[in-house]
Amino acid sequence: MQPVTGEEIKKAVVGILADIAPDEDLSSLQDDIPFADQLELDSMDFLDIVMELRKRYRIQIPEEDYPQLASMRSTVEYLQPRLEDV
Amino acid sequence: MSTYDTIIIGAGMSGLAAGIRLAHFDQRVCILERHTRIGGLNSFYRHNGRNYDVGLHAVTNYAPKGAKRGPLTRMLRQLRLAWEELALSPQIGSAICFPGLSLGFNNDFALFESEVGRHFPRQKDNLRRLVAELVDYDQSAQPSARSSAREVVGRLIDDPLLVEMIFCPVLYYGGARQRDMDFGQFCVMFRSIFLEGLARPPAGIRLILKKLVEKFKGLGGELRLRSGVSRIAVKDGAAEKLVLDDGTELEARQVLSSAGWRETLRLCDDAHEAARPQPGRLSLVESISILDTVPQELGLARTIVFFNDSEKFHYERPDDLADLRSGVISSPNNFLYDEPLNEGVVRITAQASYDRWAALDPSAYRLEKLRWYDRLVASAVRFVPDFRSSVIDTDMFTPTTIRRYTGHENGAVYGAPEKRPDGTTHLKNLFVCGTDQGLVGIIGAIISGITVANRHLLK
Repeated sequence: MQPVTGEEIKKAVVGILADIAPDEDLSSLQDDIPFADQLELDSMDFLDIVMELRKRYRIQIPEEDYPQLASMRSTVEYLQPRLEDV
Repeated sequence: MSTYDTIIIGAGMSGLAAGIRLAHFDQRVCILERHTRIGGLNSFYRHNGRNYDVGLHAVTNYAPKGAKRGPLTRMLRQLRLAWEELALSPQIGSAICFPGLSLGFNNDFALFESEVGRHFPRQKDNLRRLVAELVDYDQSAQPSARSSAREVVGRLIDDPLLVEMIFCPVLYYGGARQRDMDFGQFCVMFRSIFLEGLARPPAGIRLILKKLVEKFKGLGGELRLRSGVSRIAVKDGAAEKLVLDDGTELEARQVLSSAGWRETLRLCDDAHEAARPQPGRLSLVESISILDTVPQELGLARTIVFFNDSEKFHYERPDDLADLRSGVISSPNNFLYDEPLNEGVVRITAQASYDRWAALDPSAYRLEKLRWYDRLVASAVRFVPDFRSSVIDTDMFTPTTIRRYTGHENGAVYGAPEKRPDGTTHLKNLFVCGTDQGLVGIIGAIISGITVANRHLLK
């Protein structure tokens, strides 16, 4: 079963972030602020988020869409319609 | 015939790390290791009932728990390992010792700065300028710009003695070329030793290898020991299949080799000698002394001592079996462990000639090992307290040992002088990682495997 509600997607993304950066405090993560301004993530970490999404949801995210994954809100908005299609 | 997504040649640090990345992202991966044990240069063995590490002095690139940047953090994140799993204990303190002068350093760079300020007051600001230059230097941003580290450092630091003292540890821990190294490589090495620092797990290399293998197998990866690759069959510009020493044939969509760039090209049945990079010339010899007490009791309190007996440091293949003018004295005891190790160990490393050691017949080889053990230790005790009356067991590794564990021609400990930073080869589905991709040390090798896997194999 694929998560389709925004809340479920958010939970999944937090889970991915927790796996990639276990030392980061994710409890106070703000939805509207870019991840890069709240967490210490480098380009390798960012690509890992894309790879984990691909692995978990079989979703291909083309490189030109990466900017859509900048914050939690934009990530959810980007992913939700695409996951509903699955 | 079995078919894999990726076959990896060599179960050293870089191959295992790449294997973890690929298996984590659901590839069917097989790692082939020629030996009965994993680890490559960073392997381990038993001798007279004791555990020994082959190459490890210390893990460079140390970062404390919670650090959010740097190679160690990046490696842990990429492999989904917790900081605690590597059980790294930081060094107590090390030194670079030249005649009448020693510069101490530990994992707090302020100590090295103050040591330089004390002995070279006019160079203190110059050292700051050097650090500013190298702290954010990104080698991958200037892949074609090769520059001599000696030239760049010599321009910033105008006391030749201090330049030699800085190059001594940097070359010993990662110099693939004689005398000099590329400035990008120098930046990586300087940061890993001086700005990040040294550490070690109490159980040595075994613990790190065990973690990596557990992780790899837990993700469904396959590891085959005693499976040397004798040939890479090439068809239409691609690696078509691998032929093992026992004749087994394996197929994979893509192949990643940590066997060395030159050594990998040699396996390809289309490769021409002219296209191959030159082999490295630098190899090492190392004496290992087991003590009946801990080194601290004898006044050997430093983690690593890099020594050199004149004002000029030479880093080149010696004419003799080994070069006694300089060396590295390390003790695995001298890290800040929770529990002390149960036995004292002192290791002494020096530059050596592969050709000279390889030319010896077995009985001469045994004799020279004994003779050079004595010479190495005699050379080292010029710089640290004499521990010889406390020695209860000894062992030696030589350039031929390095050849055996790494497969590198000439027992070249840091591989070929020319590196392959992007990991590509003349074949579209064959890539190289490890020493010849340009990163050295435990963390460096692991990052190399991760980087090449991410860039080329996870598409």
